[in-house]
Amino acid sequence: MSTFVAALSRTQIERSTSHTAAIYLKEAKYEFLKNLRLRVYTVSVISFPLMFYVLFGLVLNAKEGIGGTGVPTYLIATYGTFGVMGASLFGTASGLASDRGLGWLQVKRASPMPPFAYFAAKVVLSMIFSAIVVLLLLVLGISFGGVRLPLTEMVKLLGTLVAGSLPFSAMGLAIGYFAGPNSAPAAINLIYLPLSFCSGLWVPYMFLPKLVRQIALALPPYHLSQLALGIVGAGRHEPATTHWEVLLAFTLICLGVARIGFQRDQGKLYG
Amino acid sequence: MIATLEEPQNMQRASSGALVASLEGVIKNYGEVRALRNVNFAVRAGQVVALLGPNGAGKTTAVKLLLGLILPNSGKTRVFGGDPTNPQNRMRTGAMLQVGRVPETLRVREHIDLFSSYYPDPLPLEEVLATAGLEKLRDRKFGDLSGGQRQRTLFALAICGDPDLLFLDEPTVGLDVEARRALWEEIRRLVERGKTVILTTHYLEEADALADRIAVINQGEIIAEGTPAEIKSQTSGKRIRCVTALNVASVLQLPGVTAAKQDREAVEIHAAEAESVVRALLARDPTLSGLEITTAGLEEAFLALTQDNGQTENRQN
Repeated sequence: MSTFVAALSRTQIERSTSHTAAIYLKEAKYEFLKNLRLRVYTVSVISFPLMFYVLFGLVLNAKEGIGGTGVPTYLIATYGTFGVMGASLFGTASGLASDRGLGWLQVKRASPMPPFAYFAAKVVLSMIFSAIVVLLLLVLGISFGGVRLPLTEMVKLLGTLVAGSLPFSAMGLAIGYFAGPNSAPAAINLIYLPLSFCSGLWVPYMFLPKLVRQIALALPPYHLSQLALGIVGAGRHEPATTHWEVLLAFTLICLGVARIGFQRDQGKLYG
Repeated sequence: MIATLEEPQNMQRASSGALVASLEGVIKNYGEVRALRNVNFAVRAGQVVALLGPNGAGKTTAVKLLLGLILPNSGKTRVFGGDPTNPQNRMRTGAMLQVGRVPETLRVREHIDLFSSYYPDPLPLEEVLATAGLEKLRDRKFGDLSGGQRQRTLFALAICGDPDLLFLDEPTVGLDVEARRALWEEIRRLVERGKTVILTTHYLEEADALADRIAVINQGEIIAEGTPAEIKSQTSGKRIRCVTALNVASVLQLPGVTAAKQDREAVEIHAAEAESVVRALLARDPTLSGLEITTAGLEEAFLALTQDNGQTENRQN
């Protein structure tokens, strides 16, 4: 049998750290451009939280208060959580399911792309769109809802909600690995909408039926929204560390599930 | 056994290069489906090798194995002497695969820019666009391209990193005749620059036009392998059609007959040369009528090679 001749191989190609960083950046840039131009994504991810906020926070209940906090302020925290969830789930799951199911991910995998760059780009995209939604909610609230928050609180709120994109990005990756290219958006909505309601993102927690309130305690969006509400002084005064721990544990579970899907693809017919 | 044909007339490219990619005793099953059964296949530097076969024969599976996208159930896959999934090897490999959906909102030049960035020493964008004939479409979004233009963009992504080894899975599907010939020209130019190409196709004409070696694959097995001339000589010949009282089994006994089957009222016979067979037929059946002799076309020859029913016996190799 013939041997592989060494002369054929070029000098070992090691990719420099700066080259790798450049790839990650470019991957994220094009992931952002791709979705920015995708009206299905931008409309559903940005318009829905804003529309709900305008309707329920600015038009209908602007003068009301919930436990000493004005409704427009309270709803920035909850619709902010709702928006972050949407941006993250749609930013990861639908793209991944379609790339996987329809062969594009194989083209990427066959290329020398660092595999993690693909996932990182989706997470970065989710965080950017999360930030956009939260910032727009703040602008609306300040301009039309009389929301007055110190700058530090606004920065903290933004930072917390954008960090809260991570658990839902992880969840999106898990869904993306187990949903088909056509069923993914439906699967996301089936999870996203009931989860939002039961976590008190539409109807404030204290107005939820008792049973739903008990369920809420087990749901990640509840914990993120409580962190956000805590910053604007409307939380239920549970320790913040508990909320973070729940979100961290949830993230790890979702990443574990996504990893199973990632490895399963190796031996699959259409990966 | 590594199936490499090293015929004298083909020495120049067929055997001079180093081994670039190989499947050794590879078996791949998808659940119950046996996609590849003990396939041995080797490609040398600077060659164009065509995997020729009908849909579902296992061509794409072979390509995916060599790209490290799937793992074999048993056997070895090697690229540049190592594991196909090795990132170093991937930097020297380009692939054009069959894709259901490509991100549609990115422009042609953006897709190329991103894929170029993965490689250590990519070709300049202008050169990639020119090679794939995409200069005028550079700012077009992928979703606005025609089928042929999409194929050319995928080709551009495969070559933009200036890879040593290029995989082309059904590269000309959906292209019109002109675009197909243009792509062939580009593939030939790549080979002139010392690139190695593995392509799959179900067009014998395409394999014939491009390949130094053809491996005919059917139902997960390589059933014939050789230079295009050898494959054609194995498969070409005459087709004789006649209405005869003789049955298929006895026709098959005649010397020179490679295949025979009943086709409605007539018998269709394949033979290397027609004269001796016709003489024998006439001697045995004075009532024979409707005699027609035609040269078997390439596609028919290919069908004869891959056909797998009891009446057709045509197993070379």
